Amino acid sequence: MMALDLSQNKHADVSYDEKERLFDEVKADERWHHVLYGCYECGICVASCPSARFYDFSPRLIAQAVAREDADLIYTLMSDSIWDCSQCFSCDRCPRQNSPGQIITIMREVAVRNGLGTAKEALQGYGRIIYKIMLTGSQVSPDMLQPDAFPDWGTHVYEIAENLEEWRKALPPETLHTTETGWVIDDKTIIELYLIWHMTGVMDLIEGVDEGLYDIIVDVMEERLEEAGYDDVTFD
Amino acid sequence: MIHLPIVKAADRQFEADPNNAPKDDLREELFQLEKEGELEVIRVPDNYIELKTKYGRIKKIPVEKTWHHKSCGQCGHIPGYSSSIFWLNRQFGLDYHDPTDQTSCTAWNYYASATSNPEAQAAVAIRNFAAAHEVGYFPLIHCGTSFGHYKEVRHALVHQHGLRRKVRKIMERLGKKLVIPEEIVHYSEWVLAMKDRIAERQTVDMSNITATVHPACHYHKLIEEDAIYDSEIYGAQRTAIITGTLQALGINVGDYSTWYDCCGFGFRHILVSRDFSRSFSVQRKIEVMKEEVNPDVTVTHDTGCVTTLDQSQFAGRAHDKKVGIPVMSDSQIAALAMGAHPYKVLQLHWHNADNKPFLEKLGFDVDKIWSEFQAEVDLIKAGKKDFMTWEDAEK
Ligand code: SF4
Ligand code: SF4
Repeated sequence: MMALDLSQNKHADVSYDEKERLFDEVKADERWHHVLYGCYECGICVASCPSARFYDFSPRLIAQAVAREDADLIYTLMSDSIWDCSQCFSCDRCPRQNSPGQIITIMREVAVRNGLGTAKEALQGYGRIIYKIMLTGSQVSPDMLQPDAFPDWGTHVYEIAENLEEWRKALPPETLHTTETGWVIDDKTIIELYLIWHMTGVMDLIEGVDEGLYDIIVDVMEERLEEAGYDDVTFD
Repeated sequence: MIHLPIVKAADRQFEADPNNAPKDDLREELFQLEKEGELEVIRVPDNYIELKTKYGRIKKIPVEKTWHHKSCGQCGHIPGYSSSIFWLNRQFGLDYHDPTDQTSCTAWNYYASATSNPEAQAAVAIRNFAAAHEVGYFPLIHCGTSFGHYKEVRHALVHQHGLRRKVRKIMERLGKKLVIPEEIVHYSEWVLAMKDRIAERQTVDMSNITATVHPACHYHKLIEEDAIYDSEIYGAQRTAIITGTLQALGINVGDYSTWYDCCGFGFRHILVSRDFSRSFSVQRKIEVMKEEVNPDVTVTHDTGCVTTLDQSQFAGRAHDKKVGIPVMSDSQIAALAMGAHPYKVLQLHWHNADNKPFLEKLGFDVDKIWSEFQAEVDLIKAGKKDFMTWEDAEK
């Protein structure tokens, strides 16, 4: 287990103003007032937290840091800790009605929006998933079941990969005979999804963490939107 | 010395009083917003069953006219999960809709990578709800994460005027309305609501089976006031989901000390920090179940939970851990109890941990049922058949 460096030395090059600016962004989130009401330091969140058992990670520390508005510590946690969270929300049993998991969700969004180096690192290897969901509207697809992607799942992944086409056709629901998406999804539905990505500025977030991936996704989306008659929609 | 009475958890009964619930009834606010012209509420269709939630409120579970909001993880990697849900609907002759005008909730990506935002998440949810409403059906959510996430989205839309305004504008551009279901219903609530009808038509005796249950975190921890509780199950101190269904089928449900723990899925962890998922799942769940209950099967009701608990056992075995428990969903167990084919309908070949001993204990000739499925696959491979149909699955 990697020990969390709380000395602040690691991030000494980042100014206190910048750290405060990032924390202000966290506090400006509409959800902020529903996720933190102070902290008893009771540790109930830690006791129920799966990530706390395996990492040097503590939802209590996160709740405490944001309750005390300790911008230095918050920056350290935002850089080196929040990606350990499993987003299970077991910590929602907090007697103070805090949700450390949701505080982390907001901190992650701010980290991604501001292109923090550790956010980029945390999302390395995650590109194919983002690609899949943004473009197909279905996050997990049968053709992802490849032995090299899941070596620790054993030999049965080979068997699935070898028989994928036929096993998919041997599924009684007609919508499930697909390999590239979880089920058949209408073209019109995909276009509506792209329009949602466009109107909500989600692609800017992806550009912040992976420009190459952004370019690929945007190319495909713009082409399909144009074919569907939305030639005015561009992501520039 | 003062003798204080010690009340054990097992003897305690949680008396839910909806009038003293610590959380507001969101549905009242929903209908109020509808009156103010802010949104439209999709009503639960007439044919419904009433179940109780954590604080004793009634939740209406639609029996039919359900729009099946499929799960990408279930359909993609453990498709017998979804096909069992459809099979059950077909057995009861219920009117249901399996849509192609549906996207995933995209919440897996959101919780894993944060490369989305609340407007996008809410718009994706409302687009799907609107698609259901347009064809006259009511959304039934297959995935535990979609279910938890949609509860959160509904909560946010009710409480955040700014978010409502943004989403309404997006929906206008898509030619859709801002519609929100009266209830957010998970398929396992439907299975629980149908448990007596399922038990009436049970053909496979399961009284010799011991199971453990893993409830999905996003089912009962996120917006916990919406989860189903029952005074007959765990004294209403824990959700009745899955356990109530299994008990109705005569299965002995064994308790274990890490029941409340998560499965280790972790969203990003299962994909890019897999050592965590494997270790947590094996050490905190499977090994504990094995040591304390030694069940024939463990039953859960979410995509990530089935996947993590099942797939992680392979590495556990390589490390000589106490593993070897088949993992299935409540829909698969319910379908099996009613006579569904273990491979044609339950599609157990997509699962990892060895489920043969479980099937044999239920009296199945595993070689025979596998060859029945294989015969269908051979016909497809030989080009003699395009697909296996529902009728083929019944043979
Ligand atoms: S459970 Fe709540 S009050 Fe207790 S330490 Fe955690 S955040 Fe603080
Ligand atoms: S949501 Fe994160 S912080 Fe909360 S219990 Fe789960 S892993 Fe721990």
